Amino acid sequence: MSRHDHVVPLPVYFAIFTALLVLTAVTASIAYVDLGRLNVFVALTIAIVKASLVLLYFMHLRYSSRLTLLMVGIAFFWLAVMIVLTMGDVVSRGWFGG
Amino acid sequence: MAEHATAVAEDESLPPATAHQFDDAIQQHDASGLGMWVFLLTEILFFGGLFTIYTVYRSLYPDAFGHASSTLDITLGTINTAVLIGSSLTMALAVHMAQVSRNGKLVAFFLCATIVLGSVFLGIKAIEYAQKFHEHHVPGPGFHYEGVDPPQAELFFCLYFLMTGLHAIHMVIGVGILSVLVVMSLRGRFGPDYYTPVELTGLYWHFVDIVWIFLFPLLYLVERHS
Repeated sequence: MSRHDHVVPLPVYFAIFTALLVLTAVTASIAYVDLGRLNVFVALTIAIVKASLVLLYFMHLRYSSRLTLLMVGIAFFWLAVMIVLTMGDVVSRGWFGG
Repeated sequence: MAEHATAVAEDESLPPATAHQFDDAIQQHDASGLGMWVFLLTEILFFGGLFTIYTVYRSLYPDAFGHASSTLDITLGTINTAVLIGSSLTMALAVHMAQVSRNGKLVAFFLCATIVLGSVFLGIKAIEYAQKFHEHHVPGPGFHYEGVDPPQAELFFCLYFLMTGLHAIHMVIGVGILSVLVVMSLRGRFGPDYYTPVELTGLYWHFVDIVWIFLFPLLYLVERHS
């Protein structure tokens, strides 16, 4: 409801849009620079920053209730559990480096 | 003209419907929003399974994934990323217009812009898929690959088609929902006192955008520097 919901000013949307385009250009360009193992790290960091911008401003998470924030926190917590525990299993099986 | 005026008057005289289990429209709106976020939570874990598989196999076969990734068209991938970000902007603007104005045509305009950009994305995706079929990079009996470790590269392409395919299905569903919203907004259903469907569809659309934000570097940018 308008009494309840925060209306994000239009310039904020355009600023976020521009930032997302710039970050896309940066991540596509930096992929051609050999940073060794850092390439994955940089690519994922930029992706996380972009996703955060979308979540916070386009999806209004910055202006949302704590209950909503809790839902999003739970989602990423379980996602982390799934990936970290699975990888914990994979790396401890001696499949790497024979 | 008179007919139009009557229709508007009728719509404005109707209070936003509140289902009997809610105290008021605000509580109903908050409950809808929370429900949508719970749905998105399940979607994150739905896609998360594929991201987990990807993490496992990329860590096992980094070279094969690097080479196979470089066969994807980075230009089309980057353009598509920009197109999808643009569609997220128009979606956000549609929600904004519904929040601040009663002008259904304005909301419909931005919803249509979102549909157009979403369709452009799907069109470019179709071109990329056609290229992959042409190069015999589609997993299956017809798979043929000249590069490093063909069986492991086939795994990469399996994941490429599963992840982008599931993402594309979400886009098609999103375009369908947006089309319904266009009709609803042209009928004057949305305004500052009721815009829940536009807002929740926006959440869905932005979520699909976020999935692509991760798919783009993981599928297209694995090992471009070598």
